[in-house]
Amino acid sequence: MIAEIGHFSLILAFVLAIIQGTLPLIGAGRRDKGRDNFGWTGLARPAAIGQFLFISMAFLSLTISFITSDFSLSVVVANSNSALPLLYKVSAVWGNHEGSMLLWVFILSLFGLCVVVFGKNLPLGLRARVLSIQGLISVGFLLFILFTSNPFLRLDPAPFDGRDLNPLLQDPGLAFHPPFLYLGYVGFSMAFSFAVAALIEGRVDPAWARWVRPWTLAAWCALTLGIGLGSWWAYYELGWGGFWFWDPVENASLIPWLAGTALLHSATVVEKRDAMKSWTVLLAILTFSLSLIGTFLVRSGVLTSVHSFATDPTRGVFILALLIVTIGGSLILFAWRAPALKPGGMFAPVSREGFLLLNNLLLSCAAGTVLIGTLYPLFLDAVGGDKVSVGPPFFNATFLPIAVPLVLAMVIGPLLSWKRGDLRQALRRLSVVAVLTLTCVAAILFYDRGGQPLAALGIGMAAWLFFGTATELVQRLRIGRIPAIESWRRAAHQPRAYYGMVLAHAGLAVVIAGITGGSMWRSEHIQAQHIGETVEVAGYNFTLTTVEAETGPNYTMDTARIEVSKKGRNITTLSPEKRIYDVSAMPTTEAAIHSSLKGDLYVALGDQQIFDTGEEAWTTRIWFNPLVPWIWAGVLIMVLGGLVSLADRRHRIGAPRRATERTAERTAVRR
Amino acid sequence: MRWTHTLPVIIFALLAIAFAIGLTRNPERLPSALIDKPAPQFDLGPIAASVAGEEPLGGGLTTSDLDTSNGVVLVNIFASWCVPCLAEHPQLMALAQSGIAPVYGINKKDTATNARNWLAENGNPYARIGADIDGRASIEWGVYGVPETFILDQSGRIRYRHVGPIMPRDMEKTILPLIEEIGKK
Repeated sequence: MIAEIGHFSLILAFVLAIIQGTLPLIGAGRRDKGRDNFGWTGLARPAAIGQFLFISMAFLSLTISFITSDFSLSVVVANSNSALPLLYKVSAVWGNHEGSMLLWVFILSLFGLCVVVFGKNLPLGLRARVLSIQGLISVGFLLFILFTSNPFLRLDPAPFDGRDLNPLLQDPGLAFHPPFLYLGYVGFSMAFSFAVAALIEGRVDPAWARWVRPWTLAAWCALTLGIGLGSWWAYYELGWGGFWFWDPVENASLIPWLAGTALLHSATVVEKRDAMKSWTVLLAILTFSLSLIGTFLVRSGVLTSVHSFATDPTRGVFILALLIVTIGGSLILFAWRAPALKPGGMFAPVSREGFLLLNNLLLSCAAGTVLIGTLYPLFLDAVGGDKVSVGPPFFNATFLPIAVPLVLAMVIGPLLSWKRGDLRQALRRLSVVAVLTLTCVAAILFYDRGGQPLAALGIGMAAWLFFGTATELVQRLRIGRIPAIESWRRAAHQPRAYYGMVLAHAGLAVVIAGITGGSMWRSEHIQAQHIGETVEVAGYNFTLTTVEAETGPNYTMDTARIEVSKKGRNITTLSPEKRIYDVSAMPTTEAAIHSSLKGDLYVALGDQQIFDTGEEAWTTRIWFNPLVPWIWAGVLIMVLGGLVSLADRRHRIGAPRRATERTAERTAVRR
Repeated sequence: MRWTHTLPVIIFALLAIAFAIGLTRNPERLPSALIDKPAPQFDLGPIAASVAGEEPLGGGLTTSDLDTSNGVVLVNIFASWCVPCLAEHPQLMALAQSGIAPVYGINKKDTATNARNWLAENGNPYARIGADIDGRASIEWGVYGVPETFILDQSGRIRYRHVGPIMPRDMEKTILPLIEEIGKK
């Protein structure tokens, strides 16, 4: 019964989406001509609210079906089991293709609701158009769900129990990874809708940029967090200490992130200088398009990856059609309408805008490179050429040459003024930073003699970015130059968006340091360790004390106890596990990690070995991963930066109004 | 309409065509130019020592090592940096333990340390392993991504090519029936 309510709500949501996607759009067009005599423009809001209610009802129905283990639903049978802990029964809702698409439209409708709630100050026409375009996206995806991926399909007869959720997905990190990733992907649909609405209206101005920015920022925060969670999961769950694999699915989330980061920066230029308008609109369209392509790559089975769910060609064809309509349609609209946009102001190459443009070029290059690397096997296959595979070697070789100038420019850009900057003065202000950076590089080269020179480069980049950002803050607040109370007053007067930038840039510096440490200075030891035996790794002593068989809620496991000490001082006890899940009989490793500022002590348990002499030993793999916790800390600092910027008064959603409308009101009042 | 503004839609059209062609290919059953031909010529050394004094691992792999006189054999291309390889590994372990057919491994573009750790953690199902450090042998085999698996019959001819990880379903529905069918003749 609950499943039928869900199914029916989904159909009703689909009907509402058709109304939301058409009538307000037509109404807004008629209104521009001064004859909105049907009130169609006003339909957008109730339709969006109804849309949210029905889709959340469908989502709730599916969740209830999972929690109550309703094994008459084929999705529940394939992805759940009565013995599954409650958290994973809930996360299993989106741990499969059908449910994850439902989550996708649920988040889309949530954003629609947010426009209704927070967008009260948007001009009526713009709001109707934005909601209408959101409605059209919703139509496409609801059609996709209803016809090719219905989560409410029944099984008859219902089996006694389910086949269980993939054990790799039974993990808190991965339970929350997809929702954040989707909040990011779908959040970019807001920027897309605003861009398309602006193209229809033929108007892009600073007010438009101020409306778009908070949505983009929110999506960016969610995507950053989602990527971070995914990487963290891979780090401790796959059990071999790596945190990024350049897997197609990971790339599919990184590409929109790079494009979205570029969009955040170019929107600033539109907001402050009324320039780079066509480019920003294009970037808004591309960012969401890349999110859609990411979804397509993961869902259609065009590229194989461990993360992708079942492959099904009909779904692939459907998604491709959806892509062609959405992306192709919006790009045609862009080709048609963008030339009509009023050209923006000019600026010198050496200026804040100039460096933001450089940032955009480099970020787009980075996104393009990752996209090409991910799709290369597919392209060659399509033209019937040689077969190749593109692995981490390609990405490492192409990504770094783009990252270095990007980080260099990230420090110089904020020091330049708008319109026309003074590069020599900016460089002079950075002399202390240069000295600090070179000192760091020299120190690394000295202490890490014979190591990889890339380590010095990585730490140099991190130091440059961190000290450069800090110096800019110190100079802006004139700390040490004027009385502390004056500096404090200056600090209080800086906009929050400024602190957001400082935090995000500093966070990236921390991430770069973490990546460098984790990939360059990793020390790993692998051995057959007897009970009671001590192994030394990176100055730490690891003693295997016991290995015991234990039982979890839906798995059995071997748990080792490993005492860690340094110079006779006890540090911690690590308990790595090796689990065998009851239903799927699939083994997983649960690494044990002790984190500190210096790095992670990372221990994973392997197989038991019994020698002819009757002695027993266990394969243990012990890593010292220097600075890896910095990656996650840096990601959190970046997200915090985004949130602080989001809290900026100027970016409060819908707060800004168009100059013309304000004057119009003022005139009206005067009358 | 300026031509620069139409550029994005043109690029996207090309991309869409590539996607459409990509969809027509069943990702798990790419035809191979090598089907019904003998295995290509290649000569690979073992996985080198990661620290001084360690024994080489896997024994190396050359064309003549693929001993098909006792029946069907599998050749699997894998790498420690390849996440899907991890997904198919339990199936290869089970196959090797069952003794139905030996699995030979080509370790593509890997470092000795990573490959050794990976095998030590996940188990080593391979009868022999050749280290394809520069990826040339994989090109001889026409490999497109990692992992890939080839099935060779008693006369040493390639009979089937599987692209992507062999999931339990593939093992049950495709690989095992094929081994049985090819093995009968």
